[in-house]
Amino acid sequence: MTSSAIDVHGLCKSYGGRVVLDDVDLSVAAGTVTALLGPNGAGKTTTVHILSTLVRPDGGTAFVNGCDVLRDHDGVRAAIGVTGQFSAVDGLLTGEENLQLMARLRHLGAKRSKARVTELLEQFDLVEAARKPLATYSGGMRRRLDLAMTLVQAPSVIFLDEPTSGLDPRSRHTVWDIVRDLVAQGTTVLLTTQQLAEADELADRIAVLDGGRIVAEGTPDELKRLVPGGHIRLRLPDSAALDAASRLFGESARDEAGLALTVPGDGTVGALRGILDRLDAAGVEVDDLSIHTPDLDDVFFALTGTKDRPGRVDTKGTES
Amino acid sequence: MTTLTARRQATPRGRRPSHTVADAITMLRRNLLHMVRYPGLSMFTILGPVVILLLLVFVFGGTLGAGLPGVDPASGRDAYLAYVMPGILVITIAGTASGASITVAMDMTEGITARFRTMSISRAAVLAGHVVGNTIQAIIAVALVLGVGLLVGFRPTAGVAEWFAVAGLTVLVSFAVSWLGVAMGMQSKTVETASNLPMILTILPLLGSGFVPTGSMPEWMQSFAQYQPFTSFIETVRGLLLGTPLGWNPMLAIGWCALLSVAGYVWSMALYERTSVR
Repeated sequence: MTSSAIDVHGLCKSYGGRVVLDDVDLSVAAGTVTALLGPNGAGKTTTVHILSTLVRPDGGTAFVNGCDVLRDHDGVRAAIGVTGQFSAVDGLLTGEENLQLMARLRHLGAKRSKARVTELLEQFDLVEAARKPLATYSGGMRRRLDLAMTLVQAPSVIFLDEPTSGLDPRSRHTVWDIVRDLVAQGTTVLLTTQQLAEADELADRIAVLDGGRIVAEGTPDELKRLVPGGHIRLRLPDSAALDAASRLFGESARDEAGLALTVPGDGTVGALRGILDRLDAAGVEVDDLSIHTPDLDDVFFALTGTKDRPGRVDTKGTES
Repeated sequence: MTTLTARRQATPRGRRPSHTVADAITMLRRNLLHMVRYPGLSMFTILGPVVILLLLVFVFGGTLGAGLPGVDPASGRDAYLAYVMPGILVITIAGTASGASITVAMDMTEGITARFRTMSISRAAVLAGHVVGNTIQAIIAVALVLGVGLLVGFRPTAGVAEWFAVAGLTVLVSFAVSWLGVAMGMQSKTVETASNLPMILTILPLLGSGFVPTGSMPEWMQSFAQYQPFTSFIETVRGLLLGTPLGWNPMLAIGWCALLSVAGYVWSMALYERTSVR
Protein backbone atom coordinates (compact mmCIF):
# COMPACT_ATOMS: atom_id res chain seq x y z
CA MET A 1 0.00 0.00 0.00
CA THR A 2 1.07 3.59 0.37
CA SER A 3 2.50 3.14 3.83
CA SER A 4 6.04 3.78 2.56
CA ALA A 5 7.14 7.36 3.10
CA ILE A 6 10.32 6.70 1.12
CA ASP A 7 10.46 4.20 -1.72
CA VAL A 8 13.64 3.69 -3.69
CA HIS A 9 14.29 1.16 -6.43
CA GLY A 10 17.46 0.49 -8.39
CA LEU A 11 19.03 3.86 -7.61
CA CYS A 12 22.34 4.45 -9.44
CA LYS A 13 24.71 7.38 -9.47
CA SER A 14 28.26 7.84 -10.76
CA TYR A 15 30.54 10.82 -10.71
CA GLY A 16 32.95 10.82 -13.64
CA GLY A 17 33.03 7.03 -13.98
CA ARG A 18 33.24 6.49 -10.23
CA VAL A 19 30.26 4.50 -9.01
CA VAL A 20 28.81 6.07 -5.88
CA LEU A 21 25.44 4.29 -5.76
CA ASP A 22 24.94 0.91 -7.37
CA ASP A 23 21.37 -0.39 -7.59
CA VAL A 24 20.15 0.74 -4.18
CA ASP A 25 16.70 -0.37 -2.97
CA LEU A 26 15.27 1.17 0.16
CA SER A 27 11.85 1.45 1.71
CA VAL A 28 11.00 3.44 4.81
CA ALA A 29 7.59 3.02 6.41
CA ALA A 30 5.78 6.21 7.41
CA GLY A 31 6.40 7.25 10.99
CA THR A 32 9.54 5.17 11.47
CA VAL A 33 13.26 5.85 11.68
CA THR A 34 15.66 4.18 9.28
CA ALA A 35 19.39 4.58 9.65
CA LEU A 36 21.72 4.40 6.69
CA LEU A 37 24.86 3.05 8.25
CA GLY A 38 28.12 3.03 6.40
CA PRO A 39 31.73 4.17 6.31
CA ASN A 40 32.91 7.37 4.65
CA GLY A 41 32.20 7.37 0.94
CA ALA A 42 29.64 4.59 1.10
CA GLY A 43 27.09 6.79 -0.68
CA LYS A 44 25.03 7.93 2.30
CA THR A 45 25.13 11.63 1.53
CA THR A 46 24.52 11.06 -2.17
CA THR A 47 21.39 9.06 -1.29
CA VAL A 48 20.12 11.93 0.87
CA HIS A 49 20.97 14.46 -1.85
CA ILE A 50 19.01 12.49 -4.43
CA LEU A 51 16.00 12.05 -2.15
CA SER A 52 15.99 15.76 -1.29
CA THR A 53 16.08 16.75 -5.01
CA LEU A 54 19.58 18.24 -4.86
CA VAL A 55 21.14 15.68 -7.18
CA ARG A 56 19.66 13.78 -10.11
CA PRO A 57 20.23 10.03 -10.10
CA ASP A 58 21.58 8.31 -13.21
CA GLY A 59 19.00 5.56 -12.94
CA GLY A 60 16.27 4.07 -10.78
CA THR A 61 13.16 5.50 -9.20
CA ALA A 62 12.65 7.30 -5.92
CA PHE A 63 9.43 8.45 -4.28
CA VAL A 64 9.19 10.58 -1.16
CA ASN A 65 5.76 10.95 0.43
CA GLY A 66 4.28 9.61 -2.79
CA CYS A 67 5.95 12.26 -4.96
CA ASP A 68 8.44 11.37 -7.69
CA VAL A 69 11.84 12.82 -6.80
CA LEU A 70 12.68 13.22 -10.49
CA ARG A 71 9.48 14.82 -11.73
CA ASP A 72 7.71 16.46 -8.81
CA HIS A 73 10.40 18.59 -7.15
CA ASP A 74 7.89 20.93 -5.57
CA GLY A 75 5.80 18.11 -4.13
CA VAL A 76 8.87 16.52 -2.56
CA ARG A 77 10.25 19.83 -1.32
CA ALA A 78 6.96 20.76 0.35
CA ALA A 79 7.01 17.51 2.32
CA ILE A 80 10.63 17.27 3.44
CA GLY A 81 13.09 18.87 5.80
CA VAL A 82 16.84 18.38 5.39
CA THR A 83 19.68 18.89 7.81
CA GLY A 84 22.98 18.22 6.15
CA GLN A 85 26.43 17.46 7.41
CA PHE A 86 27.54 21.04 6.99
CA SER A 87 25.43 23.59 8.76
CA ALA A 88 23.06 25.35 6.43
CA VAL A 89 22.51 28.48 8.48
CA ASP A 90 22.99 32.14 7.63
CA GLY A 91 26.11 33.03 9.59
CA LEU A 92 25.51 36.78 9.29
CA LEU A 93 22.11 36.75 10.97
CA THR A 94 21.04 35.98 14.54
CA GLY A 95 19.45 32.68 15.48
CA GLU A 96 16.02 34.28 15.69
CA GLU A 97 16.42 35.94 12.28
CA ASN A 98 17.44 32.62 10.75
CA LEU A 99 14.24 31.02 12.02
CA GLN A 100 12.16 34.00 10.89
CA LEU A 101 13.70 33.69 7.43
CA MET A 102 12.59 30.05 7.24
CA ALA A 103 9.11 30.90 8.54
CA ARG A 104 8.71 33.56 5.84
CA LEU A 105 9.92 31.22 3.12
CA ARG A 106 7.39 28.63 4.31
CA HIS A 107 4.68 31.34 4.13
CA LEU A 108 3.45 30.82 7.66
CA GLY A 109 2.07 34.34 8.00
CA ALA A 110 3.24 36.93 10.51
CA LYS A 111 1.35 35.69 13.56
CA ARG A 112 2.05 31.98 13.14
CA SER A 113 5.67 32.72 12.25
CA LYS A 114 6.23 34.57 15.47
CA ALA A 115 4.61 31.87 17.59
CA ARG A 116 6.51 29.09 15.82
CA VAL A 117 9.87 30.87 16.14
CA THR A 118 9.35 31.43 19.87
CA GLU A 119 8.30 27.82 20.31
CA LEU A 120 11.35 26.46 18.48
CA LEU A 121 13.77 28.73 20.33
CA GLU A 122 12.43 27.33 23.60
CA GLN A 123 12.34 23.72 22.43
CA PHE A 124 15.94 23.87 21.21
CA ASP A 125 17.26 25.76 24.23
CA LEU A 126 18.26 28.81 22.18
CA VAL A 127 16.24 31.51 23.94
CA GLU A 128 19.23 33.21 25.53
CA ALA A 129 21.24 33.21 22.32
CA ALA A 130 18.30 34.14 20.08
CA ARG A 131 19.38 37.73 19.47
CA LYS A 132 23.10 37.03 19.28
CA PRO A 133 24.97 36.73 15.96
CA LEU A 134 25.85 33.20 14.90
CA ALA A 135 29.56 33.91 15.22
CA THR A 136 29.11 33.51 18.98
CA TYR A 137 27.40 30.09 18.68
CA SER A 138 29.11 26.82 19.58
CA GLY A 139 29.05 23.86 17.21
CA GLY A 140 26.24 22.25 19.16
CA MET A 141 24.15 25.44 19.11
CA ARG A 142 24.60 25.82 15.37
CA ARG A 143 23.49 22.24 14.85
CA ARG A 144 20.46 22.74 17.07
CA LEU A 145 19.57 25.90 15.15
CA ASP A 146 20.06 24.02 11.88
CA LEU A 147 17.61 21.36 13.06
CA ALA A 148 15.15 23.96 14.30
CA MET A 149 15.24 25.65 10.87
CA THR A 150 14.44 22.31 9.25
CA LEU A 151 11.42 21.92 11.53
CA VAL A 152 9.82 25.36 11.09
CA GLN A 153 6.97 23.89 9.08
CA ALA A 154 6.68 20.39 10.60
CA PRO A 155 7.78 18.34 7.58
CA SER A 156 6.38 14.84 7.20
CA VAL A 157 9.73 13.35 6.11
CA ILE A 158 13.06 14.45 7.55
CA PHE A 159 16.53 13.65 6.28
CA LEU A 160 19.35 13.95 8.79
CA ASP A 161 22.79 13.55 7.26
CA GLU A 162 25.18 12.64 10.08
CA PRO A 163 23.26 14.86 12.50
CA THR A 164 25.62 14.34 15.43
CA SER A 165 29.03 14.26 13.77
CA GLY A 166 31.38 16.58 15.61
CA LEU A 167 29.07 17.08 18.59
CA ASP A 168 29.96 16.53 22.23
CA PRO A 169 28.10 13.73 24.08
CA ARG A 170 25.62 16.10 25.70
CA SER A 171 24.64 17.81 22.45
CA ARG A 172 24.42 14.38 20.85
CA HIS A 173 21.88 13.26 23.40
CA THR A 174 19.91 16.46 22.86
CA VAL A 175 19.75 15.71 19.14
CA TRP A 176 18.71 12.12 19.86
CA ASP A 177 15.89 13.36 22.10
CA ILE A 178 14.74 15.71 19.37
CA VAL A 179 14.65 12.85 16.86
CA ARG A 180 12.63 10.69 19.28
CA ASP A 181 10.15 13.55 19.78
CA LEU A 182 9.76 13.90 16.02
CA VAL A 183 9.02 10.23 15.60
CA ALA A 184 6.54 10.37 18.47
CA GLN A 185 4.72 13.06 16.47
CA GLY A 186 4.53 10.75 13.44
CA THR A 187 7.42 12.12 11.39
CA THR A 188 9.37 9.78 9.14
CA VAL A 189 13.12 10.04 9.62
CA LEU A 190 15.95 8.84 7.42
CA LEU A 191 19.27 9.44 9.09
CA THR A 192 22.77 8.61 8.02
CA THR A 193 25.47 7.77 10.50
CA GLN A 194 28.84 6.18 10.89
CA GLN A 195 28.17 5.55 14.55
CA LEU A 196 26.79 2.15 15.32
CA ALA A 197 25.56 3.19 18.74
CA GLU A 198 23.53 5.97 17.16
CA ALA A 199 21.81 3.66 14.69
CA ASP A 200 21.12 1.17 17.47
CA GLU A 201 19.78 3.91 19.71
CA LEU A 202 17.40 5.58 17.27
CA ALA A 203 16.55 3.40 14.33
CA ASP A 204 13.68 0.98 13.82
CA ARG A 205 15.49 -0.41 10.81
CA ILE A 206 19.07 -0.17 9.66
CA ALA A 207 20.37 -0.39 6.11
CA VAL A 208 24.10 -0.98 5.90
CA LEU A 209 25.57 0.79 2.90
CA ASP A 210 29.02 -0.05 1.63
CA GLY A 211 30.65 0.90 -1.65
CA GLY A 212 27.32 2.16 -3.00
CA ARG A 213 25.38 -1.05 -2.28
CA ILE A 214 23.04 -2.05 0.51
CA VAL A 215 24.86 -5.03 2.02
CA ALA A 216 22.38 -5.74 4.81
CA GLU A 217 18.99 -4.47 5.95
CA GLY A 218 16.83 -5.21 8.95
CA THR A 219 16.07 -4.32 12.54
CA PRO A 220 19.08 -3.80 14.81
CA ASP A 221 18.40 -7.20 16.40
CA GLU A 222 18.08 -8.97 13.06
CA LEU A 223 21.41 -7.55 12.00
CA LYS A 224 23.06 -8.63 15.21
CA ARG A 225 21.77 -12.16 14.65
CA LEU A 226 23.59 -12.21 11.32
CA VAL A 227 26.83 -12.31 13.20
CA PRO A 228 27.58 -15.15 15.57
CA GLY A 229 30.00 -14.44 18.37
CA GLY A 230 28.09 -13.91 21.57
CA HIS A 231 30.15 -14.76 24.62
CA ILE A 232 30.22 -14.84 28.39
CA ARG A 233 33.13 -13.24 30.12
CA LEU A 234 34.31 -14.52 33.52
CA ARG A 235 36.67 -12.56 35.72
CA LEU A 236 38.62 -14.65 38.20
CA PRO A 237 40.41 -13.77 41.44
CA ASP A 238 43.86 -15.26 40.60
CA SER A 239 45.77 -17.22 37.97
CA ALA A 240 45.15 -20.53 39.73
CA ALA A 241 41.40 -20.00 39.36
CA LEU A 242 41.95 -18.96 35.75
CA ASP A 243 43.81 -22.22 35.08
CA ALA A 244 41.06 -24.22 36.74
CA ALA A 245 38.33 -22.45 34.80
CA SER A 246 40.05 -22.75 31.46
CA ARG A 247 40.41 -26.52 31.99
CA LEU A 248 36.62 -26.65 32.46
CA PHE A 249 35.80 -24.89 29.21
CA GLY A 250 37.86 -26.28 26.40
CA GLU A 251 37.17 -23.74 23.66
CA SER A 252 37.51 -20.66 25.85
CA ALA A 253 39.97 -17.81 25.33
CA ARG A 254 42.24 -16.69 28.16
CA ASP A 255 43.08 -13.12 29.00
CA GLU A 256 46.11 -13.46 31.30
CA ALA A 257 46.55 -9.80 32.11
CA GLY A 258 42.88 -9.23 32.92
CA LEU A 259 42.52 -12.60 34.69
CA ALA A 260 39.50 -13.22 32.50
CA LEU A 261 38.10 -16.06 30.46
CA THR A 262 35.87 -15.68 27.43
CA VAL A 263 33.48 -18.56 26.97
CA PRO A 264 31.50 -18.77 23.72
CA GLY A 265 27.77 -18.95 24.14
CA ASP A 266 24.65 -16.84 24.01
CA GLY A 267 23.13 -15.23 27.05
CA THR A 268 20.21 -17.63 27.53
CA VAL A 269 19.41 -18.76 31.07
CA GLY A 270 20.12 -22.38 30.15
CA ALA A 271 23.60 -21.63 28.85
CA LEU A 272 24.38 -19.52 31.91
CA ARG A 273 23.11 -22.17 34.30
CA GLY A 274 25.29 -24.74 32.55
CA ILE A 275 28.39 -22.63 33.00
CA LEU A 276 27.67 -21.78 36.63
CA ASP A 277 26.91 -25.43 37.48
CA ARG A 278 30.24 -26.54 36.08
CA LEU A 279 32.10 -23.79 37.97
CA ASP A 280 30.32 -24.74 41.23
CA ALA A 281 31.04 -28.42 40.74
CA ALA A 282 34.75 -27.68 40.31
CA GLY A 283 34.74 -25.23 43.24
CA VAL A 284 36.04 -22.29 41.15
CA GLU A 285 35.31 -18.83 42.55
CA VAL A 286 34.31 -16.14 40.04
CA ASP A 287 34.64 -12.42 40.78
CA ASP A 288 32.49 -11.18 37.97
CA LEU A 289 30.41 -12.45 35.08
CA SER A 290 29.18 -10.50 32.08
CA ILE A 291 27.16 -11.43 29.01
CA HIS A 292 28.17 -10.03 25.60
CA THR A 293 25.71 -10.23 22.72
CA PRO A 294 27.23 -9.34 19.35
CA ASP A 295 26.97 -5.58 18.95
CA LEU A 296 26.69 -3.56 15.79
CA ASP A 297 30.45 -3.18 15.76
CA ASP A 298 30.71 -6.87 15.04
CA VAL A 299 28.02 -6.57 12.37
CA PHE A 300 29.62 -3.58 10.78
CA PHE A 301 33.05 -5.09 10.47
CA ALA A 302 31.76 -8.48 9.43
CA LEU A 303 29.74 -6.89 6.62
CA THR A 304 31.98 -4.09 5.45
CA GLY A 305 35.40 -4.19 7.02
CA THR A 306 36.76 -7.52 5.87
CA LYS A 307 36.37 -6.99 2.16
CA ASP A 308 37.97 -4.03 0.50
CA ARG A 309 36.52 -4.15 -2.95
CA PRO A 310 38.21 -2.31 -5.78
CA GLY A 311 36.27 0.71 -6.98
CA ARG A 312 35.17 1.57 -3.50
CA VAL A 313 34.95 5.30 -3.06
CA ASP A 314 37.05 6.66 -0.26
CA THR A 315 36.73 10.38 -0.70
CA LYS A 316 34.04 12.47 0.87
CA GLY A 317 31.72 14.74 -1.03
CA THR A 318 30.67 15.07 -4.61
CA GLU A 319 31.93 16.73 -7.70
CA SER A 320 30.22 19.84 -8.81
CA MET B 1 -3.47 5.12 6.56
CA THR B 2 -6.37 7.49 6.13
CA THR B 3 -4.67 10.14 8.22
CA LEU B 4 -1.56 9.84 6.12
CA THR B 5 -3.45 10.24 2.88
CA ALA B 6 -5.27 13.24 4.22
CA ARG B 7 -2.04 14.89 5.24
CA ARG B 8 -0.51 14.22 1.88
CA GLN B 9 -3.36 15.97 0.12
CA ALA B 10 -3.04 18.92 2.42
CA THR B 11 0.58 19.59 1.48
CA PRO B 12 0.81 22.45 -0.98
CA ARG B 13 1.54 21.24 -4.49
CA GLY B 14 3.38 23.53 -6.86
CA ARG B 15 4.16 27.15 -6.19
CA ARG B 16 1.96 30.00 -6.98
CA PRO B 17 3.43 32.98 -8.84
CA SER B 18 2.66 35.18 -5.84
CA HIS B 19 5.08 33.08 -3.80
CA THR B 20 7.93 33.80 -6.19
CA VAL B 21 7.48 37.53 -5.63
CA ALA B 22 7.00 37.12 -1.86
CA ASP B 23 10.09 34.88 -1.67
CA ALA B 24 12.15 37.34 -3.72
CA ILE B 25 11.18 40.10 -1.26
CA THR B 26 12.13 37.84 1.68
CA MET B 27 15.51 37.19 0.04
CA LEU B 28 15.97 40.90 -0.67
CA ARG B 29 15.29 41.70 2.99
CA ARG B 30 17.90 39.15 3.98
CA ASN B 31 20.49 40.72 1.67
CA LEU B 32 19.72 44.25 2.84
CA LEU B 33 20.02 43.07 6.45
CA HIS B 34 23.48 41.67 5.63
CA MET B 35 24.48 45.08 4.23
CA VAL B 36 23.26 46.97 7.29
CA ARG B 37 24.71 44.46 9.74
CA TYR B 38 28.09 44.09 8.03
CA PRO B 39 28.81 47.29 6.13
CA GLY B 40 32.47 46.39 5.49
CA LEU B 41 31.88 45.00 2.02
CA SER B 42 29.67 47.95 1.05
CA MET B 43 32.19 50.48 2.38
CA PHE B 44 34.87 48.92 0.23
CA THR B 45 32.83 49.39 -2.94
CA ILE B 46 32.51 53.10 -2.14
CA LEU B 47 35.97 53.82 -0.76
CA GLY B 48 37.76 52.18 -3.70
CA PRO B 49 36.38 54.53 -6.38
CA VAL B 50 36.75 57.56 -4.07
CA VAL B 51 40.46 56.82 -3.59
CA ILE B 52 40.93 56.36 -7.34
CA LEU B 53 39.08 59.64 -7.98
CA LEU B 54 41.18 61.64 -5.51
CA LEU B 55 44.39 60.05 -6.76
CA LEU B 56 43.58 60.69 -10.41
CA VAL B 57 42.50 64.28 -9.86
CA PHE B 58 45.01 65.52 -7.30
CA VAL B 59 48.08 63.46 -8.23
CA PHE B 60 47.80 62.77 -11.96
CA GLY B 61 45.07 65.26 -12.88
CA GLY B 62 47.25 68.27 -13.69
CA THR B 63 49.30 66.41 -16.27
CA LEU B 64 46.52 64.17 -17.61
CA GLY B 65 44.16 67.14 -17.99
CA ALA B 66 46.74 69.17 -19.89
CA GLY B 67 46.90 66.33 -22.40
CA LEU B 68 43.17 66.37 -23.16
CA PRO B 69 42.40 67.79 -26.61
CA GLY B 70 41.47 71.49 -26.57
CA VAL B 71 42.22 72.13 -22.90
CA ASP B 72 44.23 75.06 -21.56
CA PRO B 73 47.14 73.43 -19.67
CA ALA B 74 46.65 75.88 -16.77
CA SER B 75 43.19 74.51 -15.94
CA GLY B 76 44.15 70.89 -16.54
CA ARG B 77 43.12 69.58 -13.15
CA ASP B 78 39.52 70.89 -13.32
CA ALA B 79 39.19 69.72 -16.91
CA TYR B 80 40.38 66.23 -15.94
CA LEU B 81 37.98 66.04 -12.97
CA ALA B 82 35.11 66.74 -15.36
CA TYR B 83 36.46 64.26 -17.88
CA VAL B 84 37.08 61.38 -15.46
CA MET B 85 33.93 61.66 -13.32
CA PRO B 86 31.62 59.63 -15.63
CA GLY B 87 34.28 56.91 -15.78
CA ILE B 88 34.57 56.87 -11.99
CA LEU B 89 30.79 56.51 -11.64
CA VAL B 90 30.73 53.59 -14.05
CA ILE B 91 33.71 51.92 -12.38
CA THR B 92 31.85 52.30 -9.06
CA ILE B 93 28.99 50.26 -10.47
CA ALA B 94 31.37 47.70 -11.95
CA GLY B 95 33.05 47.36 -8.54
CA THR B 96 29.81 46.30 -6.85
CA ALA B 97 29.83 43.09 -8.91
CA SER B 98 32.42 41.67 -6.53
CA GLY B 99 30.04 42.30 -3.61
CA ALA B 100 27.31 40.26 -5.31
CA SER B 101 29.79 37.60 -6.30
CA ILE B 102 31.25 37.22 -2.80
CA THR B 103 27.80 37.10 -1.15
CA VAL B 104 26.60 34.42 -3.55
CA ALA B 105 29.78 32.36 -3.13
CA MET B 106 29.51 32.60 0.67
CA ASP B 107 25.93 31.34 0.53
CA MET B 108 27.05 28.43 -1.61
CA THR B 109 29.91 27.42 0.68
CA GLU B 110 27.81 27.90 3.85
CA GLY B 111 25.29 25.38 2.56
CA ILE B 112 22.35 27.76 2.92
CA THR B 113 21.81 27.71 -0.85
CA ALA B 114 21.45 23.93 -0.67
CA ARG B 115 18.84 24.43 2.07
CA PHE B 116 16.94 26.90 -0.11
CA ARG B 117 16.98 24.36 -2.92
CA THR B 118 15.44 21.65 -0.74
CA MET B 119 12.61 24.05 0.04
CA SER B 120 9.91 24.97 -2.41
CA ILE B 121 11.45 28.31 -3.42
CA SER B 122 11.96 29.26 -7.06
CA ARG B 123 15.57 29.77 -8.03
CA ALA B 124 14.55 33.05 -9.68
CA ALA B 125 13.46 34.33 -6.25
CA VAL B 126 16.75 33.38 -4.60
CA LEU B 127 18.81 35.01 -7.36
CA ALA B 128 16.57 38.07 -7.69
CA GLY B 129 17.07 38.75 -3.97
CA HIS B 130 20.80 39.00 -4.58
CA VAL B 131 20.45 41.04 -7.78
CA VAL B 132 17.99 43.61 -6.48
CA GLY B 133 19.91 43.94 -3.19
CA ASN B 134 23.14 44.55 -5.05
CA THR B 135 21.48 47.00 -7.44
CA ILE B 136 20.26 49.06 -4.48
CA GLN B 137 23.76 48.97 -3.03
CA ALA B 138 25.25 50.11 -6.35
CA ILE B 139 22.83 53.05 -6.59
CA ILE B 140 23.75 54.18 -3.06
CA ALA B 141 27.45 53.83 -3.89
CA VAL B 142 27.07 55.91 -7.09
CA ALA B 143 25.22 58.64 -5.18
CA LEU B 144 27.93 58.82 -2.51
CA VAL B 145 30.82 58.82 -4.98
CA LEU B 146 29.06 61.53 -7.01
CA GLY B 147 28.70 63.50 -3.75
CA VAL B 148 32.46 63.33 -3.19
CA GLY B 149 32.97 64.44 -6.80
CA LEU B 150 30.76 67.47 -6.22
CA LEU B 151 32.68 68.28 -3.03
CA VAL B 152 36.03 68.36 -4.84
CA GLY B 153 34.68 70.63 -7.55
CA PHE B 154 32.81 68.57 -10.17
CA ARG B 155 30.22 70.85 -11.78
CA PRO B 156 27.77 69.01 -14.09
CA THR B 157 25.60 71.04 -16.47
CA ALA B 158 22.70 68.58 -16.46
CA GLY B 159 19.08 69.69 -16.13
CA VAL B 160 16.32 67.78 -14.31
CA ALA B 161 15.56 65.53 -17.30
CA GLU B 162 19.23 64.63 -17.70
CA TRP B 163 19.56 63.80 -14.00
CA PHE B 164 16.58 61.45 -14.28
CA ALA B 165 18.15 59.85 -17.31
CA VAL B 166 21.44 59.39 -15.43
CA ALA B 167 19.54 57.80 -12.54
CA GLY B 168 17.72 55.48 -14.94
CA LEU B 169 20.92 54.43 -16.64
CA THR B 170 22.57 53.83 -13.25
CA VAL B 171 19.76 51.44 -12.37
CA LEU B 172 20.04 49.60 -15.70
CA VAL B 173 23.83 49.24 -15.60
CA SER B 174 23.77 48.22 -11.91
CA PHE B 175 21.13 45.59 -12.68
CA ALA B 176 23.17 44.15 -15.55
CA VAL B 177 26.42 44.19 -13.55
CA SER B 178 24.66 42.54 -10.57
CA TRP B 179 23.43 39.64 -12.71
CA LEU B 180 26.96 39.13 -13.99
CA GLY B 181 28.30 39.32 -10.43
CA VAL B 182 25.79 36.71 -9.23
CA ALA B 183 26.72 34.40 -12.09
CA MET B 184 30.42 34.82 -11.32
CA GLY B 185 29.76 34.00 -7.67
CA MET B 186 27.98 30.82 -8.74
CA GLN B 187 30.80 29.93 -11.08
CA SER B 188 33.45 30.31 -8.36
CA LYS B 189 34.27 27.31 -6.23
CA THR B 190 35.72 29.45 -3.43
CA VAL B 191 35.02 32.87 -1.96
CA GLU B 192 38.55 33.95 -3.00
CA THR B 193 37.84 33.24 -6.66
CA ALA B 194 34.51 34.98 -6.29
CA SER B 195 36.21 38.16 -5.15
CA ASN B 196 38.78 38.08 -7.96
CA LEU B 197 36.68 37.05 -10.95
CA PRO B 198 34.67 40.33 -11.13
CA MET B 199 37.96 42.28 -11.44
CA ILE B 200 37.45 41.80 -15.18
CA LEU B 201 34.50 44.16 -14.92
CA THR B 202 36.48 46.86 -13.09
CA ILE B 203 39.30 46.69 -15.64
CA LEU B 204 36.97 47.11 -18.64
CA PRO B 205 36.19 50.82 -17.98
CA LEU B 206 39.96 51.47 -18.02
CA LEU B 207 40.12 50.03 -21.54
CA GLY B 208 37.49 52.50 -22.74
CA SER B 209 36.90 56.21 -22.87
CA GLY B 210 36.64 56.62 -19.11
CA PHE B 211 40.10 57.90 -18.23
CA VAL B 212 41.69 59.00 -21.48
CA PRO B 213 40.11 59.65 -24.91
CA THR B 214 40.15 56.50 -27.04
CA GLY B 215 41.80 58.56 -29.82
CA SER B 216 45.05 58.57 -27.82
CA MET B 217 45.29 54.76 -27.84
CA PRO B 218 47.04 52.54 -30.39
CA GLU B 219 44.76 51.77 -33.32
CA TRP B 220 44.23 48.09 -32.53
CA MET B 221 43.03 48.97 -29.07
CA GLN B 222 40.85 51.83 -30.27
CA SER B 223 38.47 49.51 -32.07
CA PHE B 224 37.94 47.51 -28.89
CA ALA B 225 37.77 50.58 -26.67
CA GLN B 226 35.17 52.30 -28.81
CA TYR B 227 32.74 49.42 -29.06
CA GLN B 228 32.93 47.69 -25.68
CA PRO B 229 29.86 48.09 -23.44
CA PHE B 230 31.44 50.32 -20.80
CA THR B 231 32.38 53.00 -23.32
CA SER B 232 28.73 53.39 -24.29
CA PHE B 233 27.79 53.68 -20.58
CA ILE B 234 30.54 56.26 -19.93
CA GLU B 235 29.79 58.31 -23.04
CA THR B 236 26.07 58.38 -22.19
CA VAL B 237 26.72 59.56 -18.63
CA ARG B 238 29.22 62.12 -19.91
CA GLY B 239 26.79 63.43 -22.51
CA LEU B 240 23.97 63.69 -19.97
CA LEU B 241 26.04 65.33 -17.21
CA LEU B 242 28.29 67.58 -19.27
CA GLY B 243 26.47 68.07 -22.57
CA THR B 244 28.99 66.30 -24.84
CA PRO B 245 27.51 64.76 -28.02
CA LEU B 246 25.49 61.63 -27.19
CA GLY B 247 25.20 60.09 -30.66
CA TRP B 248 24.02 56.47 -30.60
CA ASN B 249 25.48 55.89 -27.16
CA PRO B 250 22.20 55.90 -25.14
CA MET B 251 20.71 53.27 -27.48
CA LEU B 252 23.90 51.21 -27.34
CA ALA B 253 24.02 51.49 -23.54
CA ILE B 254 20.41 50.29 -23.13
CA GLY B 255 21.06 47.46 -25.60
CA TRP B 256 24.20 46.37 -23.77
CA CYS B 257 22.38 46.48 -20.42
CA ALA B 258 19.61 44.26 -21.75
CA LEU B 259 22.09 41.85 -23.33
CA LEU B 260 24.34 41.59 -20.25
CA SER B 261 21.36 41.17 -17.90
CA VAL B 262 19.97 38.32 -19.99
CA ALA B 263 23.43 36.73 -20.24
CA GLY B 264 23.96 36.95 -16.45
CA TYR B 265 20.43 35.64 -15.83
CA VAL B 266 20.78 32.63 -18.14
CA TRP B 267 24.30 31.91 -16.86
CA SER B 268 23.37 31.95 -13.17
CA MET B 269 20.06 30.10 -13.60
CA ALA B 270 21.91 27.31 -15.39
CA LEU B 271 24.54 27.11 -12.64
CA TYR B 272 22.08 27.26 -9.74
CA GLU B 273 20.63 23.79 -10.35
CA ARG B 274 24.03 22.33 -11.05
CA THR B 275 26.42 23.68 -8.47
CA SER B 276 24.62 24.29 -5.21
CA VAL B 277 25.75 20.92 -3.87
CA ARG B 278 29.40 20.91 -3.05
